[in-house]
Amino acid sequence: MRRRCWRAKTWPGSTWVISGMSIIPARYADSFSELRDRYRALGDRPGAIGLWALIIALFVWAAVFQTQLFVVGIIVGSILALGAMGLTLVYGILKFGNFAHGDTMMLGSYIAYILLTGTVVGRQANIDTDIGISLEQFPGATTGIGDLSFGYGLLIAIALAGLAMALISIALDRVVYRRLRQRKSGIVIFAIASLGIAFSTRALMLIIWGPDPRRYVSGIHYAKHYPFDVVLKTDQIFIFFVAFGLAVALYVLLFHMKLGKAMRAMADNADLALVSGINTDRIIVWTWAIGGALMAVAGALLAVQASLKPDLGFGLILPLFAAAILGGLGKPHGAFIGAMVVGVTQEVSIEFISAGYKPAVAFMILVLILLLRPRGLFGSTN
Amino acid sequence: MSALLEADGIVSGYGEVEILHGVSISVAAGEMIAVIGPNGAGKSTLLKAVFGLIPCAAGTVRFDGIDITNQSPDRIVAQGMSYVPQTENVFPSLSINENLEMGGFIRRERLQERLEHVYGIFPDLAHRRGDSGGKLSGGQRQMLALARALMLEPRLLMLDEPSASLSPKMVESLFQKIDEINRAGTAVLLVEQNAKEALSLSDRAYVLATGENRLDGDAKTMLESEDVARLYLGD
Amino acid sequence: MRAGKLITPLTLVVVTAFVILIPMERSGWVISLDRGVIPFLAAFLTTVAIFAILALALNVQWGYTGVFNFGVAAFFMVGAYTAAIFVKGPPEEGSSLRYVGGFGEALSPPILDSEQWLPFVIAALAAGAVSGLLALALSLPTLRLREDYLAITTIGVAELLRRIVIQEDGLVNGSRSLVGIPKPLSGYFSSDTERFVDLAVMAVLVMIVFLIVERGIRSPWGRVLRALKEDEVAAAASGKNVFSFKMQGFVIGAVIMGMGGAFFAFNRGAVGPTTFDHFFATFMIWAMLMVGGSGNNWGAIAGAYVVWGFWTTTLQINGYDLPDVLQSRIFYIRDFVVGSLIVIVLLLRPQGLFPEERRVSIWLDHRMRRGPRPADDATAEAET
Repeated sequence: MRRRCWRAKTWPGSTWVISGMSIIPARYADSFSELRDRYRALGDRPGAIGLWALIIALFVWAAVFQTQLFVVGIIVGSILALGAMGLTLVYGILKFGNFAHGDTMMLGSYIAYILLTGTVVGRQANIDTDIGISLEQFPGATTGIGDLSFGYGLLIAIALAGLAMALISIALDRVVYRRLRQRKSGIVIFAIASLGIAFSTRALMLIIWGPDPRRYVSGIHYAKHYPFDVVLKTDQIFIFFVAFGLAVALYVLLFHMKLGKAMRAMADNADLALVSGINTDRIIVWTWAIGGALMAVAGALLAVQASLKPDLGFGLILPLFAAAILGGLGKPHGAFIGAMVVGVTQEVSIEFISAGYKPAVAFMILVLILLLRPRGLFGSTN
Repeated sequence: MSALLEADGIVSGYGEVEILHGVSISVAAGEMIAVIGPNGAGKSTLLKAVFGLIPCAAGTVRFDGIDITNQSPDRIVAQGMSYVPQTENVFPSLSINENLEMGGFIRRERLQERLEHVYGIFPDLAHRRGDSGGKLSGGQRQMLALARALMLEPRLLMLDEPSASLSPKMVESLFQKIDEINRAGTAVLLVEQNAKEALSLSDRAYVLATGENRLDGDAKTMLESEDVARLYLGD
Repeated sequence: MRAGKLITPLTLVVVTAFVILIPMERSGWVISLDRGVIPFLAAFLTTVAIFAILALALNVQWGYTGVFNFGVAAFFMVGAYTAAIFVKGPPEEGSSLRYVGGFGEALSPPILDSEQWLPFVIAALAAGAVSGLLALALSLPTLRLREDYLAITTIGVAELLRRIVIQEDGLVNGSRSLVGIPKPLSGYFSSDTERFVDLAVMAVLVMIVFLIVERGIRSPWGRVLRALKEDEVAAAASGKNVFSFKMQGFVIGAVIMGMGGAFFAFNRGAVGPTTFDHFFATFMIWAMLMVGGSGNNWGAIAGAYVVWGFWTTTLQINGYDLPDVLQSRIFYIRDFVVGSLIVIVLLLRPQGLFPEERRVSIWLDHRMRRGPRPADDATAEAET
């Protein structure tokens, strides 16, 4: 089909046409619009190819020339992956972006902290007090396991924090999100509610633990040297394996277990899941439980890698969303890869731009995805 | 007469808008019932109300003598009733096999046996078990949707305009399958635009118009009736 | 049901009582124009007016157009900084302040005391323009996508801009505040009367913005916006260019936000990146709009009054001799309350203090005023 073009004589002998957004000589106009139509028929395939090419180029380049940053990026990506998989899972089932995910992740890490150390801010700011009972009191709980800086106490604390965050997430759903669902509120209302929860969660952490950074383990732990000039703490290797193990477990759940398949079915079409006899309320409870447990572990591992700080939570929103959108919202395996990309890009970026911009790198990735392929690498068309 | 499904005086609609103003139908075990009527008569709404997808403001739904009015769909399914929506009736990102598994979600026993039974009815699907539901053509999708509903081995199958947007050839083979399923003993409640075909297959039929019962009776008689033909069959 | 109708007057009365009584008690019940509760109230209401403009702007975007801007801070900040560098003089030799621009003197031709007002008018317009351009740029990749994409993108741009302000030291004085922003009309009044003049000027500005928004929303253009918010598909089917209308709503809201930022900068005399964090500069505005009632311009103003009233009185409460446990945490508790407030409003009173009006066109308004209003009665009936 030919479009009607506006023709104008600019100077003798040459006719120019305005076609769409561009002004081109008339004799090329037909072949141009044909090319354009062909390009449009490709949809966002070129965007996907471009995105994949960029990612592979970045990974290869980083792995070869910036091995240290690359490896650290993978560690950071592992932490993000746990958060992003939970975020994308909740998104898939409930169809809203949970802007509280970063802050509840930090809450998870603080729950692990209080279980481990029993420390909170006391009557006055800056003066800590002990609640009297903690995992540290168990013999040998803080003795490092192998080369790790922490002992079994932290592992138990993280597991319990996972359980606690699963329950807290379910409770929040009961009190807030379920009521919004029953009222058939739009996704925006969910998003605003989650933002409210994000800020009150942060305020709660500030009330209980104050603004200063905290650590699970005090003291200095030296890193070890590995081939290719890579320097890593054993803790960091631990982080990677925990994240990878949980990602595999999630994969097995989603693709080989009945509950996981029902979760995927509900993400596909909640109404049809309901008429198939799937109890969608129970699936939602499980989704929050898994998402909550993952966010607690993610937050705790973040604190192992760096430190705990109430402010960190909201800053995680951008990388988490960038990872989830890059992987295709609702696709946990996509979120895993997306998180690795975001992690590596953030770390490598300090070679090019000031480290102060690191929190904004995720935003740049996000804009790139939205321009090239808004549905992400593995996202479905609808 | 003990009916399998008995809906009596159903009043229902969406939000403030009332669509059904007291509709009654009944389906006996093993029967094939057609519900026909013009656009907007409330045929699909009736199925949704019966299946608990939208609330009934008044009236009762009984299945096998048990009151299931306004129960949640997952509990109704457990009673032995399946429902195939008109559109979006397969899980696009799940494989065919997984689609069927989800169809039989609430029943744990004999999964493999039931799968093979359904694949026996739909041999075309059996060849492509691993393909995702989203890759199927329109006709194959409807077949998969039917197959998914059969995984429960329901006593009553409710179909919402299965022939909509299918080619005439596909419609024919689809109705053949529905007939086959009915002959095997499953009662079918079929809502259709394609009234002639539906009537020729069915035992009895109901005609709805503007949310009320207009006519009911023997399907073959109705097919021959001039009034019905003039008013609802379009010739 | 009755209680539902009482919530609005009750909230307003309680907030007003707190806003008046606590400062009065703190200042020892002094009633005077230069100290005590009256100057406090003047300053308080001036700030409310600035926030009301921001909330009205957000109402244009969200309440009327359904555009989901979670980065109010970005537009607020861009407006404030743009205005600041427009009205300030060039950076002085040897001063620790480093910033670009400084057009204040260049914008003041020696007529009619123009340095008292002209640079401020130009700066406010420039603030609106820059903020509007930012919205325009953002709308291109995101407005066609699902709402939450715009939300996360605007959060991102707010973060990026804050990073730029902090990192690029010479741009607007980095992480330290950009201080010494001159005040409009300051040459004419003593510092005692100045705050009342400020209040009067801001009140007029709020009124102007309010009238423009009301007028716009009741015009055919505004009707399209609201139709879009209700049902995008239907609006598209009736031949409206959805994208273009959404973009217009987004950009116009951003222009107003930018100007709100400019007024904030003139009022405070200093702007710094910490002011524009997500909580204070984005979430507070959202809280104001949701509490007041999105889709209602009176609601936007009332929300600004109620939320800012709460915010300020907690500051005053801190002056009392509270137990240490509370004293050291009062600000976090305040954050917690505001954060929870929005959730509570969404759950218990989603329509806010002033529910959205159903009537859209001026024509319909006139019609309804003339005759009895059966439609309204019916809705009132349905709500109770």
